[in-house]
Amino acid sequence: MAEPAPSELDAGSSLAVSLRGVTKVYDSGVAALGPLDLEVNRGEFVTLVGPSGCGKSTALRLIAGLAAPTAGTVSVSHLAAEVRGHHSIGFVFQEPTLMPWASVRDNVRLPLKLAHAPTSEADARIDEALVQVGLAEFAHAYPRELSGGMKMRVSLARALVTDPDILLMDEPFAALDEITRFRLNNDLLALWRKLHKTVIFVTHSVFESVYLSQRVIVMTARPGRIGAEFRISATEPRSEEFRTSAEYAGFCRQVSNALAPAYAGQAGA
Amino acid sequence: MKSSRHAVRLLLPVVVFAAAILLWEAIVRVNNIQPYVLPGPVAVFQTLIGDWPVLSQSLGVTLLTTLEGFVAAAVGGIALALLFNQSKWLEYSLFPYAVILQVTPVIAIAPLLLIYLQQQTAVVVCAWIVAFFPVLSNTTLGLNSVDRNLAGLFQLYGATRLQTLCFLKLPAALPFILGGLRIAGGLSLIGAVVAEIAAGTAGAGSGLAFRIAESGYRLNIPRMFAALFLLSVAGIVIYGVLALISHLVLRRWHESALGKES
Repeated sequence: MAEPAPSELDAGSSLAVSLRGVTKVYDSGVAALGPLDLEVNRGEFVTLVGPSGCGKSTALRLIAGLAAPTAGTVSVSHLAAEVRGHHSIGFVFQEPTLMPWASVRDNVRLPLKLAHAPTSEADARIDEALVQVGLAEFAHAYPRELSGGMKMRVSLARALVTDPDILLMDEPFAALDEITRFRLNNDLLALWRKLHKTVIFVTHSVFESVYLSQRVIVMTARPGRIGAEFRISATEPRSEEFRTSAEYAGFCRQVSNALAPAYAGQAGA
Repeated sequence: MKSSRHAVRLLLPVVVFAAAILLWEAIVRVNNIQPYVLPGPVAVFQTLIGDWPVLSQSLGVTLLTTLEGFVAAAVGGIALALLFNQSKWLEYSLFPYAVILQVTPVIAIAPLLLIYLQQQTAVVVCAWIVAFFPVLSNTTLGLNSVDRNLAGLFQLYGATRLQTLCFLKLPAALPFILGGLRIAGGLSLIGAVVAEIAAGTAGAGSGLAFRIAESGYRLNIPRMFAALFLLSVAGIVIYGVLALISHLVLRRWHESALGKES
């Protein structure tokens, strides 16, 4: 039951991801998404924010090729792969989604192992990915021995180990406490600045979306569509000071106001 | 405090056991009950020592049967579960028969098997019939309880069916498989015993259950008890060994193998 892979964007294009008229209707008849038109540039950090069940996770799964759209086209750019085990998309799920029977190292190794990458090369890249997320010392630990934040870092390292062009993140920090989330936000921003990845981030937190992204896309209630779009033109690089600035508060207010109608129809919201 | 509590937990069953043995011996002595009615534990123990050449040989036979049945059940159960996992059609076609085989009392099947198969084969088949189902159903359950997101991840990275099976499904199913094997160990002993009993003295075998039946006819009650004791010990050892293996394999990662504190 292989899903049709998303079509390829022209290598010369400045776009990393392009969705045109994409809809998703589940077998149960529930219309989850769309029609959705979305273009994400190379190296851009875009966040989709919206209420639960608005199809933002579905959008990510469609981009990753984990599900096929009911209508419309999903296109993803594939840069020429220079190294074996290179994969153009990295995915970080809401849960750490680690294999409990494997050490941190072996969890991070998984994408390379599946691609039959040579061991010596794989080892070097695993080391690099673990250093990037600050977990070099925990390579031989097992997932159960780690805190929630550290598990998420392992998950991030696993996504980075294939050196993807596009990083898809599905509410990755939602289950973490605030302090840990802030730290991971900062680390993610630092990584993004350093590695120049395209990041598509899904969250239901207005504050997180504004803090992280260059562009915030507010989705409507199901079936999810683009309700509003904001360019967060804050001074770079952002830091903890930005989090307490009036500028930040202003952006958050705008996004919250745009998000309000999506929640209006929901009982108990 | 904690260690003394641990000691009590180990000690209490031993105390109960010793008390029961003493009471048993006392009842036999006070009432002067004859050994062919009810032998005391001392008489049983003496028989165990005296008849050891015969009993140990029978123990060997029964253990070998159990082992053969267990291995057949483990291999058959896991292989069938893997096949079912790869093909829904096969699962729909065959699973009902696996259930039928399981719910039909083996003691009723054994005499039939003894007609068509050689006794030694029939005994192993009996052990297999009782023991394979828990392995099959547990393995099936394990293969189907793979984390959905992890499966998505394997799909994202273009894993082949074989890779998904070896690196995802089998490790995820391992705790379930080991649980099934732990049940199967005890059941294959039961299957072997049932078949030996069904074969009775007419059979050519000489397993422990055959000894029990034979000793019954000869009113050699102490030997019946001694053989029963050996069977019971065999069951305990089989369970213990399988539980230990399960613990050793899972101790690094699975919740079931972790202490409450960690």
